[in-house]
Amino acid sequence: MAAGKRLGIKEKYNWMTKDLTWDFSYRKPSEIYPLLEFEGIKIEDWSKWEDPFRLTMDAYWKYQGEKERKLYAVIDAFAQNNGHLGITDARYVNAVKLFMTGVSPLEYAAHRGFAMAGRAFAGVGAQVSCQMQSIDELRHAQTQIHTISHYNKYFNGLHDPFHMHDRVWYLSVPKSYFDDAVSAGPFEFVTAISFSFEYVLTNLLFMPFMSGAAYNGDMATVTFGFSAQSDESRHMTLGLEVVKFMLEQHPDNVPIVQRWIDKWFWRGYRLLSLVAAMMDYMLPKRVMSWKEGWEMYFEHNGAALFKDLSRYGIRMPKHWEVTVAEKEHLSHEVWATLYNFTHAADFHTWIPEKEELDWLSEKYPNTFDRYYRPRFEYWREQQKAGRRFYNPTLPQLCQTCQIPMLFVETSDPTLIAYRTSQYQGNKYHFCSDGCKDVFDHEPEKYVQAWLPPHQIYQGNCGGATIPDVLGYYHFNVGRDNGEYLDSEDHTNWLRWKGQVKAAA
Amino acid sequence: MAVKAIRETYSGPVLDAEANFHGNRIVYIGWDRHLMYATPGALPLPPAMPFAKLLEDVLPQAYGLHPDFPKIQWDKVQWLLDGEAFEPAMQASLAENGIGHKSVVRFVTPELTGIAGCGI
Repeated sequence: MAAGKRLGIKEKYNWMTKDLTWDFSYRKPSEIYPLLEFEGIKIEDWSKWEDPFRLTMDAYWKYQGEKERKLYAVIDAFAQNNGHLGITDARYVNAVKLFMTGVSPLEYAAHRGFAMAGRAFAGVGAQVSCQMQSIDELRHAQTQIHTISHYNKYFNGLHDPFHMHDRVWYLSVPKSYFDDAVSAGPFEFVTAISFSFEYVLTNLLFMPFMSGAAYNGDMATVTFGFSAQSDESRHMTLGLEVVKFMLEQHPDNVPIVQRWIDKWFWRGYRLLSLVAAMMDYMLPKRVMSWKEGWEMYFEHNGAALFKDLSRYGIRMPKHWEVTVAEKEHLSHEVWATLYNFTHAADFHTWIPEKEELDWLSEKYPNTFDRYYRPRFEYWREQQKAGRRFYNPTLPQLCQTCQIPMLFVETSDPTLIAYRTSQYQGNKYHFCSDGCKDVFDHEPEKYVQAWLPPHQIYQGNCGGATIPDVLGYYHFNVGRDNGEYLDSEDHTNWLRWKGQVKAAA
Repeated sequence: MAVKAIRETYSGPVLDAEANFHGNRIVYIGWDRHLMYATPGALPLPPAMPFAKLLEDVLPQAYGLHPDFPKIQWDKVQWLLDGEAFEPAMQASLAENGIGHKSVVRFVTPELTGIAGCGI
């Protein structure tokens, strides 16, 4: 081919994406795109959709293919060199377990969601962006499974993540979050996932897991992170683009988008509670505290974003100030809850060691020594006396986020926050004003929530006893669950590293 | 208000209707300012059960591991039912005491301040 005949990027993008569409002559647009109007979003001109990446399909395959080759070379090397022995401590693998069971299935769900959105949107620019993201998400689910499968050979709890995701009590938190988004409608879905999660909050998922992996010697997960990073920046751009596009298309869209931002910011923030506990408690070598992360990524960067969006009439998400008030409490409450119920989890928990408690005291000078350290020290004493504490009662859950009702009043951190609504003669309970608002706006969506403790009591989860239920979850009882110090993971780790188990 | 969702007339069964609990009703129980128990509990209880049974069987099983628990003076406990102060009739049933399906029963022991006096 003569060099002069090559197409420029913009030209190529137009030929390879925008020109692939056609006008329909014998069907009405509403028959082709039946999901475009019911959400109330008004689009005057789909051609105004700009894809800042202008990525064409041929270039997409080429880039992704190169990344895959590099990733799988590293995964092979990691396996051949017993890479799992290079991590800081076997406790770290519990963060990987949480990622595998809680996050990887969401990547797969996102693959389905973006396929739906790509089919639903009428503009070819949006269709192509969603199609690429759909394939990205499938690739992420797949590469995470391949990367983490190495750990499955050596550690417990990694053997059946997708089965668990659909059933296990704490995994109903991420699952119900995503089901809520994908059953909403294409515009709400992309506002929820692309904007509120990928754009506003994703740094708080990606940074702790990927930097946490790097700090803790998990080169397999780091490499996966690098492989996904360029996709993630494309997804973030899509998130911002889709929101600006809706806001620019019609003024009537502004209040609808604002309400979605309010809802999905809050839902995403609640989902990140698990990440908060992971950052402060599960990484043997810590990157930064949850509080520092929240200050940097939300209070600083998030505030700048919403300042920028104010020209469209968009304000900060409702209840954002609660997230700031909670930042010195969140991770400790969540870890205490996981510690309470580890007998029914497929990962282990533990009391932080003394230096780790000191790190927490230093990072949380206003709260840790006053409210949380005594709790952990008491539990450690109990454990030393042979009475490792587990909570014998199933927890009450929030009807919206499905997290156990562990959050406290921001005005009084010794008091659990209880919120309630009545709907058609039934009582519904919430952990916060944010979750109550979401329910009150669309109660029909949440009255049918599949709340695991209630499902257990209704007899839908394998039986009446805890072992029955754990069997239904496909847990290997006595190996996957319970205290870390008593676990097979711990014993194996000491053996591999030539260390001796300390007296409890 | 109708749900905006990809399927029209999106509505679902109330999955936690009382009829689904085999004759029990769900009662949530919380001991205020005793956060060693990190969350309130959910329990399926027969509506005809006398309130006194809570004190004799249910609460000791749920909270008996706490060092404050044996110190509770039950005649001094303050009770909250769905956020309002109430005085349970010990021999009357849960239902007769107004404890409905998915009611929240909290008990408050102001003189017991938890482990290390920290509300734990």
